[in-house]
Amino acid sequence: MIMLETRDLHVSIDGKKILKGVNLKVNAGEVHAIMGPNGSGKSTLAQVIAGRNTFEVTRGDILYKGESILEKSPEERACEGIFLAFQYPVEIPGVRNSYFLKSALNSKRKYRGEEQIDAMEFLALIKDKMELLEMKKSFMERPVNEGFSGGEKKRNEILQMAVLDPLLAVLDETDSGLDIDALKVVSSGVNALRGPDRAIVVVTHYQRLLNYIVPDVVHVLVDGRIAKTGDKTLALELEDKGYAEIQNSAPKT
Amino acid sequence: MASVDTYVKDFAAFESRICSEAPVWLRDIRKTAIERFSALGFPGAKDESWRFTRVRPLLGHDFRLTPRYDRTALSSRQIDQLCMEDTGCRRLTFVNGHFADDLSDLGRLPAGVRIGSLKSFIESDPEPVQRYLSRYADLGVNPFVALNTAHVHDGTFIHLPKGVRIEEPIHLLYVTRSNGNPVVSHPRTLIIAEDGTRASIVESYVGFESDAYFTNAVTEIVVKENTEIDHCKLQRESDAAYHIATVRAHIGKGSRFKTDAVSFGGTLVRNDLHTVLADEGIECTMNGLYLASGHQHVDNHTVIEHAKPRCSSRELFKGILGGRAKAVFNGRIHVHPQAQKTDAKQTNRCILLSDDAQINTNPQLEIYADDVKCTHGAAVGRIDEDAVFYLRSRGIDDASARRILVFAFANEVLEDLRIGPVREHLTADFDRWLSAARGTGESR
Repeated sequence: MIMLETRDLHVSIDGKKILKGVNLKVNAGEVHAIMGPNGSGKSTLAQVIAGRNTFEVTRGDILYKGESILEKSPEERACEGIFLAFQYPVEIPGVRNSYFLKSALNSKRKYRGEEQIDAMEFLALIKDKMELLEMKKSFMERPVNEGFSGGEKKRNEILQMAVLDPLLAVLDETDSGLDIDALKVVSSGVNALRGPDRAIVVVTHYQRLLNYIVPDVVHVLVDGRIAKTGDKTLALELEDKGYAEIQNSAPKT
Repeated sequence: MASVDTYVKDFAAFESRICSEAPVWLRDIRKTAIERFSALGFPGAKDESWRFTRVRPLLGHDFRLTPRYDRTALSSRQIDQLCMEDTGCRRLTFVNGHFADDLSDLGRLPAGVRIGSLKSFIESDPEPVQRYLSRYADLGVNPFVALNTAHVHDGTFIHLPKGVRIEEPIHLLYVTRSNGNPVVSHPRTLIIAEDGTRASIVESYVGFESDAYFTNAVTEIVVKENTEIDHCKLQRESDAAYHIATVRAHIGKGSRFKTDAVSFGGTLVRNDLHTVLADEGIECTMNGLYLASGHQHVDNHTVIEHAKPRCSSRELFKGILGGRAKAVFNGRIHVHPQAQKTDAKQTNRCILLSDDAQINTNPQLEIYADDVKCTHGAAVGRIDEDAVFYLRSRGIDDASARRILVFAFANEVLEDLRIGPVREHLTADFDRWLSAARGTGESR
């Protein structure tokens, strides 16, 4: 099954063109990496899949499980099983992690006509996922991302992903600002989610993350278009040679 | 159109009605007060502290005093509505400014503790009242204080003798019901806490939907040494009510004092909250939360005076405005020359839910000592759209996301209220307010 597909996707922000015809197909069970130089549109692609309305889709389509999601709100997309791990997770003072996660879970359950989760069930659910991500119990009562280190924020993203159990997970530069230990913990969290029913899209600037989250397919996004697609060896090639060669051979817009 | 004269005439009728009951010292206080009110008149454009708050609309109504407690003023359904689930509180209820014994329940009081109707204390045990009444709230400058003082008749008197601790919150419920005749009342609260006492006191001011009336309240709080006193003024008046209140607190050595001013209702609201840290080693917290939408106008003027060394004060005022509401915040911190090692912090934040909501904010630091720590911060803005998207990307719908964020903003003040039953009730009130504010199509 094709989990995610973009067809000739053109996206602008404030009139400025960012994505200039992106064609992508991600099957269930696959892990795709999207790499590219700064300004290529990687983060835009991730956010527009999640439904951020500051970006405008000017042409083309985004399909999830075969259906267009352009008309769907961010919350509908989330309840349908799309998850975005933010590059810059937002701090929400005054809102506890536990409250936030529980609300999110219950929103999804309500959407599906399922019963709301109670306190006991919730605690049981998060217990092992927190252990996997090496997060202390006290973390649940802290306000969302407030005063968190970079590593803690990214682990919180993966914790949310683990709890919300999406079918399509899009990770927007989840590795930025992480040291090796945090990187390993985050990667275990992501790898735990791999499976035949799920698709994962990893947006990253550096190859290093892909040593831990090994992709099936690697795309290189340059100036708003996919310039090259290959397997995991493409990532190693890029590490070796940089983006210059691909950038130079990419068609100018 | 009402005027100073209208009020003075109404006062004369009031005075002649009750003069036979009142002791000379009280009649003198009233006389001085009404003269002062006459001389000052209502605040106008020239009065700096009323620059952003016009009281003219108040004069568009012919508000009258209610002569006595009318047991039929409230239906039993209305009484049920009011019973704020304040179980566990010791309660005094007033209707249109008169003590309602049938709606009050103080429980058993420890020996020597005086809590009750000001009127009955003036009649039976006047000496403590006389010692403190009107020595703190300044009627020299504020005509509303003068007007209230001219009408001192009933209200609350609380006197806690040395060392007494009252565990249960004391709830003073001031209810107003116009029933077709626009009412004015002048609730007066006098609280004296001797050395080493501990208590929490909530003043609630409530009314009913669309009822027009005028509450002109004055609260004087005198707290002696080494006490722990929590005070909260909860304003949940009708949306057509005028609420003008002064809270004047005088704090003694080594005491911990917290006062909150929560404002949800009223069409025109003005709070003058003035706390004097009169000795050393005091910890003072002054917090406020105000919600306004539609055409409401809410003005909070605060003063914290550090008169002596080594006191700390923390002030946190938060506002949420929608519709065409207007708010004013004027926060003055006055550090006297001898108040070295003062540690004062003032924070004022406001969220605007609509394009037409407006706030005028003016922090004032008057610092005359040189070894002090004084900071203030103000921030006015909209709901953080990045935070809204973050919540929506986790499946939470737009309206709920905004509600979560706005509630979290208000909760910084609400969760800090040390008076449990009040807190729960306010949370429910908050939700209702937010739905109503949103219902008028104001927030996106």
